[in-house]
Amino acid sequence: MFGRSWRDLRFPKSGPKRPKARLPHRVHSACPIGTISQMADLVWGSTSASAVPATTVRPRHSVVVRATHWIITLCFLALLVSGVEILISHPRFYWGEAGNVRTPPLFKLPIPASRATVPTGYGYVLPDQNGWSRYLHFQSAWAAVLTGLVYVVCAFFQGHFRQNLLPARADLSWRGLSTVIAQHLQRRPARPEEAWSYNVLQRLTYLLVIFVLFPLIIWTGLAMSPAIASAFPAAVAVLGGQQSARTIHFFVTVLLVLFLLVHVAMVCLTGFRNRMRAMITGRPAPDMERV
Amino acid sequence: MSRISRRKIITTGLVATAGATGLAAAAKLAQHYGLIPPDGGGLYGPGETLTYAAQRILTRHSLAREFNPSQVSQPPFANEVAPLGDTFQRLRAGAFTNWRLTVDGMIARPASFSLVELKSFPRRSQITHLACEEGWSYIGEWIGVPLSHILDVVGALPQSRYVVYRSIQPDWWESIDMADALHPQTLVAHGMNGGELPVAFGGPLRLRVPRQLGYKSVKYITRLTITDSLKRFGRGLGSAAPEGGYAWYAGI
Repeated sequence: MFGRSWRDLRFPKSGPKRPKARLPHRVHSACPIGTISQMADLVWGSTSASAVPATTVRPRHSVVVRATHWIITLCFLALLVSGVEILISHPRFYWGEAGNVRTPPLFKLPIPASRATVPTGYGYVLPDQNGWSRYLHFQSAWAAVLTGLVYVVCAFFQGHFRQNLLPARADLSWRGLSTVIAQHLQRRPARPEEAWSYNVLQRLTYLLVIFVLFPLIIWTGLAMSPAIASAFPAAVAVLGGQQSARTIHFFVTVLLVLFLLVHVAMVCLTGFRNRMRAMITGRPAPDMERV
Repeated sequence: MSRISRRKIITTGLVATAGATGLAAAAKLAQHYGLIPPDGGGLYGPGETLTYAAQRILTRHSLAREFNPSQVSQPPFANEVAPLGDTFQRLRAGAFTNWRLTVDGMIARPASFSLVELKSFPRRSQITHLACEEGWSYIGEWIGVPLSHILDVVGALPQSRYVVYRSIQPDWWESIDMADALHPQTLVAHGMNGGELPVAFGGPLRLRVPRQLGYKSVKYITRLTITDSLKRFGRGLGSAAPEGGYAWYAGI
């Protein structure tokens, strides 16, 4: 910026030119020490300046984000496997309150079933795995929901949503959005600062997953429960019935799997090791940690 | 972060102690209020206990949704059952006149009712949703005696906590807690969709528990046992379902 000296090389403000090392440092120094950040330290450990010397680089992802990310990843995979097992006992979908093999389906999946009563066109029946699948599905759902609550509450008080996920107003313009989309379509490498923050598409996607898809899959899951339906009938009626809830549950799963695939693909494309390191240790790469 | 401060150690210690104490207290309370299901041990015990406890707190008195006659599924779907045994076929040949429902256990007046007697009891009819754990469902009208009325007639003792019910079919038995047993919509059903209960749907007698999945609505019931503990029944897991790998509580 102002002529290159050894200082600029050691403390790059605008990112070094090397394509691999493009992470500017965000030294956490000027954080106002208020009650919230002190409380945050007590609850989540030292994530703010009050407990960390100013030379330490602030982690890319806070402890809460990293821990809840991996717990929910495990839960999601367990929910997915058990959900598929439950699904193949009746791979037909309906709209409304009730539906069975004697009523016309909304659509059916062209797969074999684990029940002989379902006409699939296949000459065989898959083994029944519903028992453990249902136990695992609900246990993982509990773990995911409780972990998700910890995440939402902590993230709210840490300012995670405001700082990291809420898009800036300027980025929400057509110009802002189209710039990022064009950047992706042209497969231009990410700008250096993007390793330390999310672009507007990422922010919108994460907000959609956290505040729309997750609540919707929990809601439709609960709406299928006969006991919950008895206590909260409106929660079922709004969805159009218990079979509608099951159908929506399936489509939200498809969207979440799509998100997972794109998410993992982007992690691979933008540097698998660095991104994984950042989500496990909080630091993107050792040579970026301290200079 | 390699730095471990004293405050961090103290905080972690306090949180861990509070957590452990809280969990122990919660388990004690849950036990006291009967919020732990009989299959609440083992690998999936925590999830089952959370589900059962949460639903018992939220749905103890809630009524299953009832539908309009126009919403009754035409035709309904009868799930397949194992081939019906000789005893059943003999009773069926006699138009079920000799079918009896025996009630025993923790009751003041052990009894055995014929179908005619059961049909003379006050009846309730309701149009409810029957959902199978597999994912399909149908809406049907069910006619029968509220189980709570039978418990009144036989004088269930105050300490009773569960009702165990058995099918004439071997190894087909289930149990429900008193919240479901005394629930006004839990029926000993002998009719369906305005007529007799068809054999395919559990006729002549089926327990109908509309706030739980279909597998709790056991077909061809012949015996009710009222008890304060499920430990002595089968492998002590509450019913045949957990012995076959399925959850005892099927409110979800």
